Amino acid sequence: MRARAFALVAALLLALQPAAARAQQLVADLSEHLIAITTGFSGTDVLLFGATEGEGDVVVIVRGPESNAVVRRKSRVFGIWINTNQVTLTGVPAFYRVASSRPLGEVAPPQIRTRHQLGIENLRFGTQRQRTPAEIAEFRTGLLRNKERAGLFSADVGRVTFLGPRLFRARFQLPANVPTGTYTVETLLVQNGQVVAAQTTPMLVSKIGIGAEVFDFAHRHAAIYGILAVLVAVAAGWGASAVFRKS
Amino acid sequence: MLIYLPIAEISVDALVILGLGAGVGFLSGLFGVGGGFLMTPLLIFIGVPPPVAVGSEAAQIVGSSVSGVLAHMRRGNVDFRMGAVLLVGGLVGSSVGVWVFALLRTLGQIDLVISLAYVVTLGAIGSLMLVEAINTVWRAHRGAGTAGTKLHQHTWLHGMPFKMRFPRSRLYISALLPALVGALVGLLAALMGVGGGFIMVPAMIYLLGMPTAVVVGTSLFQIIFVTSNVTFLQAYENQTVDIILSVLLLIGGVIGAQFGVRLGVRLRGEQLRGLMALMVLGVAFKLAFDLVATPVDLFSVARPYDL
Repeated sequence: MRARAFALVAALLLALQPAAARAQQLVADLSEHLIAITTGFSGTDVLLFGATEGEGDVVVIVRGPESNAVVRRKSRVFGIWINTNQVTLTGVPAFYRVASSRPLGEVAPPQIRTRHQLGIENLRFGTQRQRTPAEIAEFRTGLLRNKERAGLFSADVGRVTFLGPRLFRARFQLPANVPTGTYTVETLLVQNGQVVAAQTTPMLVSKIGIGAEVFDFAHRHAAIYGILAVLVAVAAGWGASAVFRKS
Repeated sequence: MLIYLPIAEISVDALVILGLGAGVGFLSGLFGVGGGFLMTPLLIFIGVPPPVAVGSEAAQIVGSSVSGVLAHMRRGNVDFRMGAVLLVGGLVGSSVGVWVFALLRTLGQIDLVISLAYVVTLGAIGSLMLVEAINTVWRAHRGAGTAGTKLHQHTWLHGMPFKMRFPRSRLYISALLPALVGALVGLLAALMGVGGGFIMVPAMIYLLGMPTAVVVGTSLFQIIFVTSNVTFLQAYENQTVDIILSVLLLIGGVIGAQFGVRLGVRLRGEQLRGLMALMVLGVAFKLAFDLVATPVDLFSVARPYDL
């Protein structure tokens, strides 16, 4: 699995190389392209560093893999709280962070912030079925709040620090519950409110080790996993009984 | 020591899980019950998603019942014939239960149903046990003895067709009755992640009229197979069995139970039952409160295995 992950990262890097070389205005890279979630994983920091050609602000966006999110709303029925309505929002990134060298409002005008989805208020989601705008807005706010509480989205804008006129760096914290999948780290160079150069770097978050093996096995060979789970439990019970009968 | 639970997808302190296992194991050794009805809510309280708590607890009960039934078999306290009839019902009930579980999950109502099932069964059984314990203490206090002449009361339930002899339990009753009890308990086992001993044991004594000596051994015998069925089906249908969690709980549980059994023989029966009733009611009250209290956020995002 590790080999496959590396191969994927390498392939993506190769694909992106020409674009970065052409522009030459912006070069950025990550300290790590593969984040391994092992059994003892308790979160990690990722460092992005790079250089710009000429003046401008740098904005960095980290996005996790996109999927649908089913958002449910509870209401009170006979005194107890029950899920009574749900909306499926599409194109929801599993993780979102943004960092900027200056406050986003000073870096780019609203239409640019909307186009590049800078800041969680500018994230765009679709819906699976036709919904009223009020309903969408309500469930969207609910989703953002839940994601923020889980530490997966952040309304705070991180800092991109310049070391001299050209070199910059930004640090991102990935929490213990960081979702797995292929992330994109987008670095934008903004001059006078216009994006003049952009570079996208992939980052793979993957479960490694026994935890990943167990998860994969449980989903791919569910029947065999079920039988093994029963056998392990029986053996453990039997073993325990034998140990305590002797003592 | 932080450990990652691969199916629950959360990191927890392994010592917390071992401690929980030992604590509930201690209580189950003390009171002579499986402890699933305490463990599943406790796992939910520490942040394990309810469906994973239910699936993993089923696997733990398989293990703890195996180690329990071996002790009862050595003393000859298992009615295999009765166990087999209960089991037929149990397999049907638990299979239906896992299917209902999967359906409720897609409807987004599984957490609610798990909590409701706990509130209703724990509330009812806890109250009954408390009343019984208070009555016993009250009678002992007044010194008035109750002279029981019959083993149990015969009702219309015992007159149903398909009568069968159960020599070990000294019963001649309709096989439909234990099969029905088994089915109901199997259904609850699948939905609640319990062995169902806390429902089955009273049902065997009061409804079927089985002698107390064989009740625990026979129910454990049946529970092994029903929870094995639940474990397999939950893993197969819902992928909600976290075997790492189950084994950690099992290790803690077996150790705790040894101490519980030792303390149990030194305490008086009615005091034990009174204590147990208070504990059961406490868990029921906490779950009921969570259902009624206004949640932190009215909106929630479905977990991947809810879809």
